[in-house]
This record gives sequence, C-alpha cells and structure tokens, in this order.
Amino acid sequence: MTVGAPVTPAIAPEAASLRPEVCEALAGLLLTLADDEFVIGFADSEWTGIAPFLEEDVAMSSLAQDELGHARAFYGLLAEVVGEDPDVLAYDRPPEAFRHCGLLDHPRGDWAFTMARRYLYDTADSVRLEALAASTYGPLAELVAKVRREETYHLLHVDAWLRRLAGTAGEPRNRLLAALEALAPDATSVFTPLPGEGALVSAGILPEPMAELRGRWLRALALTFAALDLPMPRSASDPRGRETHSDAFRWLWGEFTSVRRLDPEAVW
Amino acid sequence: MVHPVTQPTAEGRPDRPLVHPLTQPTAEGRPARPVVHPVHQLLEHAVWDALTEVRDPEIPTVSLVDLGIVHRVEVTADRISVELLPTFTGCPALDVIRTDVEERLSRLGVAVDVTFTNAAPWTSDRITSAGRAQLQSAGFAPPDPDVLQVGGRVACPYCGSRRTMMENAFGPTLCRSIWYCTACRQPFEQFKAI
Repeated sequence: MTVGAPVTPAIAPEAASLRPEVCEALAGLLLTLADDEFVIGFADSEWTGIAPFLEEDVAMSSLAQDELGHARAFYGLLAEVVGEDPDVLAYDRPPEAFRHCGLLDHPRGDWAFTMARRYLYDTADSVRLEALAASTYGPLAELVAKVRREETYHLLHVDAWLRRLAGTAGEPRNRLLAALEALAPDATSVFTPLPGEGALVSAGILPEPMAELRGRWLRALALTFAALDLPMPRSASDPRGRETHSDAFRWLWGEFTSVRRLDPEAVW
Repeated sequence: MVHPVTQPTAEGRPDRPLVHPLTQPTAEGRPARPVVHPVHQLLEHAVWDALTEVRDPEIPTVSLVDLGIVHRVEVTADRISVELLPTFTGCPALDVIRTDVEERLSRLGVAVDVTFTNAAPWTSDRITSAGRAQLQSAGFAPPDPDVLQVGGRVACPYCGSRRTMMENAFGPTLCRSIWYCTACRQPFEQFKAI
C-alpha cells in the first residue's frame, strides 16, 4: 500500500483469465492468508515494550513487523483479484468479515501462551506456504517464495522457545502445558477447508487440499512433541474454523481500526 | 517481448551492451536478430549511473545497485521502467526507496516508472563485493549464511577480531542482527543472511 489517495488497482492478468468460481475461491484463500498474518502481527506487536526482557522485545517487534509486511503483501494480491484498495480490504470490514483462523482468535495471554500459539501457527503456516510455493497462480507463488525465506528466522525462534519452556521443569513447563491445553481445540484451524477449495485444487492454485496439509503438519508436530514429552492437541468435536470471532478479537479489531475510523476519508 | 532480465555482475551492473527490448520471434519461431539502438544504450547506461547514486535511506554509504535490489531496467524512446526487489517484504523504507529512485531518474527527462516486484526473491548474496565493503565502512558486518551454524563467527567491522558473539538474531530493523565484539568491546549489527 502506498501513501496517498486511495487507489483501485487493476485486476491482475493472471486473475482476469480465471473462471469466476475459481477467482472467488482464490480471493477467499488470499483473504485467509492476509487476515492470519495481520491478526498475529498486530496481536504480537502488543508485546513491544513489555516483553520479558529487552532482546525478546526486539525479537517480537521484528517478528510482528514481518507479519504485518506479509499481510500487506497478501492484501495487495487480493486487491488485484477483486479490484479494491488494499487499505479498504484491511481496515474497512466489520469484525465478522475477518477470516483469520480460530488459533489466532484469543487474547494475548501470558508469554508461554504467546510462544505456544506462535509455535503452532508458524509451523502450520510453513506447511501451508510450502504447498503454495507450487501454486499455479503466479503472483502468489512468487510472494510465497519470498515470504518463506523470511519465515526461516521465525521458525528458528519459536522452536528455541518451545524447547526452552518444555525443558525447564516447574513454572515454565507448567505454563506451556496450560497454554497448549487452551489452544488445543483450535490447533488445526489454520487448515480449515476453504469455501470452493475443490476448484482451487483442480486449478492447481492450492496444490493440495487443506486436509492433506493438516495431516502432514500433525505428523511433524508429533515427532517434536514426543521428543519434548508434550501432549498432542486433541481435535475439537466442533472446531471453530475461521468464522467465529471472540470478544478478544473484537477488541483487537477496535484497536487496529481505531486510527482509520477516526477519519476514514483522511489521506495519509 | 520484455527486456531480458539483467543479472548483476560482481559490480552490480551488466557488462555488455543490452539488446533492444523489441525482439519479436519470426514466423518460424526463431528470435529475430537483436537490434542494438545506440540511443537507448546511452540512456540505459545513464540510468544505471543514476541508480548508483541512490543510497539506502538508512545507510548512506551503500548504493541500491550494490545492495543488489535492481532487478530490471527497461528503456524505450519515451519511458524508463525500473523493477526493484524488496529486501524484506515488511521493510518500511521501501516507499522511500521507490520515491528516491523516481526522483533521481526523473532528472533524465523521460517518463519514469518504478515498481517493486517479487519476480525473483531478493537474497543477501546479491549484495556485491563493493556493497559488502560499503557496509563495513559504516560499521555493519556483511551477511554470512553460515553464521547460524554452531561455531560461526563474524569479524568485527571495527577491529576485525572474530571474538564476537550474537546478542540477538533480531535487530532494530528486519534486515539486521545484533552482535558484540569482546575484543574491542563494541556492539555492531550484521546484515541477516536471507
């Protein structure tokens, strides 16, 4: 998004050639990617100034900035599919219209909660991005190639924290276990099947169905959790997916739209 | 037909004349014989010269060309098009870089069009050897892909000692890590390998 007057972008040629049902499903996929990154980026940026120690304050701020940058880029891709200003997409929807996953629909919690959630999200996202790297929708494959390189540092960081908390008996491990318990029902929500997913898979835009990606993630998670003696998340009987929004998210929405809503017509 | 992608040489720019953008295949599918237009060639070199004058907004010793972010330069009779690669997707300096490039190239008197593209991912090995020296002169250690392995050590940009330690893989910007030199006791930053 550039500074200046609102811009309605042209439809990308790669999107213009898609059948309407594929285009709509693609817009849905891009929205989930953008909303996931936006919500975790904004939520984790709340630690700026109050992280447990200074180096972690810097690290979390950097991670959050990366996520917000990724969100901006995904909203940019979505903008070229639906022909709408990316700022409008990011800021002018009501809370119910957001499609981030249930895993990210929690209040910030304590440090163990944030690290546990980040571990589950970043590892799941990495499976999702690995699949999308082969997407037939060129602009998405290109962006994902870039994003994956940057996510390398995220994965190293959250892995280090998981091991540190899991391997320290007493309060650190107990808080981690409590966090994983609270997050368990939403753990697989990154892989919630998408509306119109069949069309995306046939077109190769989503190279594999979400159910397969979920399985791949759970198998990798099982290896790590077994080594750290951590319980695997139990599937929820009624998973929340991407369409239920808690009061915690409504509060977050109020925060990240507060400046925009002060004067929606302002040119920044 | 688009201009061939210009791969940077060690010096950051192509070292041979570039072909004219309009090379159309013949009816048999063979590419037409490339035509080199001297006027475009001159303008293209002027563009590259101008680009070396545009600096990283935070590190004025480093030129954008030596940072390796210039992906493609295309010149026609009435337009200069430049495609840049973002170093990090979330870098807040991208807009400043774009407008700095637009402003500098607009002095060449031709319409200018500068965009960022993800057609290729920017990688830290695109920083030229001159760029690495420019970073060091400003007190930054250039990127080292081996640094995250056990035993990786970075040379202090101030005193050259390898008795250095990483304080934080993350730093004040997305592209930099924080290090400390136990020999001269100064903190310094390193460009992250990506």
